[in-house]
Amino acid sequence: MSMIDESDDLVATSFAGSTATPSDYLALLKPRVMSLVVFTAVTGMLIAPSRIDPVIGFASLLAIAVGAGASGALNMWYDADIDTVMRRTKNRPVPAGRLDKNDALGFGLFLSGMSVVTLGVVANWLAAALLAFTIFFYAVVYTMWLKRTTPQNIVIGGAAGALPPVVGYAAATGDISAASLVLFAIIFVWTPPHFWALALVKAEDYHRAGIPMLPNVAGPDRCRRDILLYAVLLAPLGLAPWLLGFASLGYGVLSGALGLLLVLLALRVYRVRTGPRADRCALGLFGFSILYLTLLFAAIAGERAFAILLAALSFHA
Amino acid sequence: MPEQHEPDRIVLSPEALKSRRQRNIAIGVAVGFFALLFYVVTIAKVGPNILSRPF
Repeated sequence: MSMIDESDDLVATSFAGSTATPSDYLALLKPRVMSLVVFTAVTGMLIAPSRIDPVIGFASLLAIAVGAGASGALNMWYDADIDTVMRRTKNRPVPAGRLDKNDALGFGLFLSGMSVVTLGVVANWLAAALLAFTIFFYAVVYTMWLKRTTPQNIVIGGAAGALPPVVGYAAATGDISAASLVLFAIIFVWTPPHFWALALVKAEDYHRAGIPMLPNVAGPDRCRRDILLYAVLLAPLGLAPWLLGFASLGYGVLSGALGLLLVLLALRVYRVRTGPRADRCALGLFGFSILYLTLLFAAIAGERAFAILLAALSFHA
Repeated sequence: MPEQHEPDRIVLSPEALKSRRQRNIAIGVAVGFFALLFYVVTIAKVGPNILSRPF
């Protein structure tokens, strides 16, 4: 009897101070990252040659989104110490003191398990295994290992952010294809110039937190050179969906134009190295890189969705 | 009359009570949604013949 009473007291103690609201838990899931994951996973589903049942597709996307959110919660659990010292992250629920660190860990682990099992049951176990690998890669390989040890952290860690279209394609087909791997490659090569453009501006923040981002370790000049190199690599890679035949010529023209603009902006970052204009150029590239990826994936997804709609209409006609 | 011993218990602040209630509602909604999702997914997986299967 006394043991039960004691455990009751423990429960009362552990919950007593918590004023965390559902929105704090929602913030742990990094909703903006989740929306990007859903968007790229949808594109992966749409390029699949076989059609997925809309209900199964919706449930699969939900599982993928929750899995991505779970890895965000695990990231915020592990990075609570460095989130406290960075301006960009100090208002997150854990460093701001609104949510206990261990609650973030429990929440992240629970959602990781639930999302993987749900995707396995709803879609297939290849997609579930890929989702589990994505969560593991982001939470363990990137967050716990690479982020604090190497300036190539976001290069290798970018694989986690690049996997959702492969997971989406696998959910629709139970397979991995060259097309889904091309989408993976585009996001993978896009990640370094995107994050390094921001890191150039936030170098002081990263320095204070002790994160070895490329501008802090190798210097801003080397970072500018590498941004340009990745942009030059990304521009032709963006044409691959058209060259491989799963996007139209219209996509190819759009991708070519956007790729050229990306390289020009990267070149501007490479040339303008001092003063407030240098920061503006870097932020301009950062902002454009988001637009670049969004438009590329929206074009592919839009084309495929339109084709599916036409096929459905002609079937019923 | 013997003195009644009150066990030491933490009294939740109104703010903590309010947030706990919000969390409970959120968990309830999430569990309900999850149950509904699995119901709909089951119907979708079994297909249109769900009502004409032999028992």
